[in-house]
Amino acid sequence: MKRIVVVGASAAGLTAAETLRRRGWGGHLTLIGEESPPPYDRPPLSKQILTGAWEPEQTTLRSPQDLAGLEADLRLGERATALDTEGRQVRLDNRETIGFDGLVIATGVTPRRLPDSDLAGVHVLRTLDDALGLRAALLTGPRVVVVGAGFLGTEVAAAARTMNLEVTLVEPEPVPVRRPFGDRIGTLVADLHRDHGTHLRCGVPVTRLRGADGRVTGVELGDGTTLPADVVVLALGSTPATGWLTGSGLRLGDGVVCDASCQAAPGIYAAGDIASWYNPHFGTRMRLEHRMNATEQALAAAGNLLGDTEPFAPVPYFWTDQYDTRIQAYGIFPPDADMRILHGNPADGRFAAAYGHHGKVVGVLGWNTPRQVRTLRRLVAEHASWTAITDTPAPRPATVNN
Amino acid sequence: MKVTVDQNKCVASGQCVLSAPDVFDQREEDGIVVLLTEHPPEQLADDVRQAAVLCPAQVIWVEEQEQEE
Repeated sequence: MKRIVVVGASAAGLTAAETLRRRGWGGHLTLIGEESPPPYDRPPLSKQILTGAWEPEQTTLRSPQDLAGLEADLRLGERATALDTEGRQVRLDNRETIGFDGLVIATGVTPRRLPDSDLAGVHVLRTLDDALGLRAALLTGPRVVVVGAGFLGTEVAAAARTMNLEVTLVEPEPVPVRRPFGDRIGTLVADLHRDHGTHLRCGVPVTRLRGADGRVTGVELGDGTTLPADVVVLALGSTPATGWLTGSGLRLGDGVVCDASCQAAPGIYAAGDIASWYNPHFGTRMRLEHRMNATEQALAAAGNLLGDTEPFAPVPYFWTDQYDTRIQAYGIFPPDADMRILHGNPADGRFAAAYGHHGKVVGVLGWNTPRQVRTLRRLVAEHASWTAITDTPAPRPATVNN
Repeated sequence: MKVTVDQNKCVASGQCVLSAPDVFDQREEDGIVVLLTEHPPEQLADDVRQAAVLCPAQVIWVEEQEQEE
């Protein structure tokens, strides 16, 4: 294989490129990134960058020397616009085409928006530019409404509240982070936000944004009320950035549809937020927008492109930091899973829990218990029996809400 | 090899402990990385390199040192 092109120069794309080199592949490597800044880390954007705890440069993932050491044709600020699968080439927005023998697709996701999202004062948060723009807006002392109480929305609300702003978090589900973690953890996250003075409006959908003279003035809710706002942050989830792959012949569903080895087509692999693949560890197809997965999947995809034949079967890891609370999780959290506290007590603000599904432990969650949850990870890795967990008496009162 | 870590940017994931438990640990109270040895033995070198690659906060650096002649 003489030429490999990696499209996407964030965590997954960078890791794929570095993996190829670390494995000794010496061919012609092209790394294409739509954004102009050198590769940077995204988790701090909704935390330290918003609050100003970090300077923007602290998110930079590699020094100029490290990037030069890749000996890659680095195309930052250039966007791939089309893939010719048969002809083995990628077209760029400057109409240049770059040929390849192997390809790694890592173009990530794009934030969802609402109609009227172009009103001044309406923000999304995906890129460093987005974060710096939102930070500048927060510094003017606005009334803030965050729409969507997933991980991003709850982190942005926490950051804005930490800046002593008036913050309202709106979510159509009855509690925050319900989809990833269920009602019981969601209730605790709701309490966490209320305790810090963030207003919550859960269980009610957003109908539309209201504006005047091109600037947002509020968020209209399904119950007919309007929340006045100077800044609105849309944290409505994301869609895979597959637009440039339309017509490529690749299967596009919820992302680029790959097999268990992260292969989308012969010689073409996907990694990170954009990749949907079959995870044999859990026997299910998944697509993960987690920082850890960007690295792990890029390692696997690049290795398989070089000839490994390893299925990618990780135990996913992800975390969220809100105020002084750190929630960490391994595994998957199906909506109909059972949950049991194994260590600590929610009332003390420290506990670890396991999630059972179809008789196996499929997830573990730590609330301010980093060491314990890391130790419990093996229950997920080893497909531990749920019965064995539930038969063991809990050290403390075992339920969260009652 | 010489290993360095940045505790200020660490996110307490513990991935390094999973990769190389004889080289890394986590503080009891908040899970922040603790470096057990700056100069791990050669047989742990691959595990340490893996820890540096996997770290979700990218706060582990490995300086490869020339073997003594």
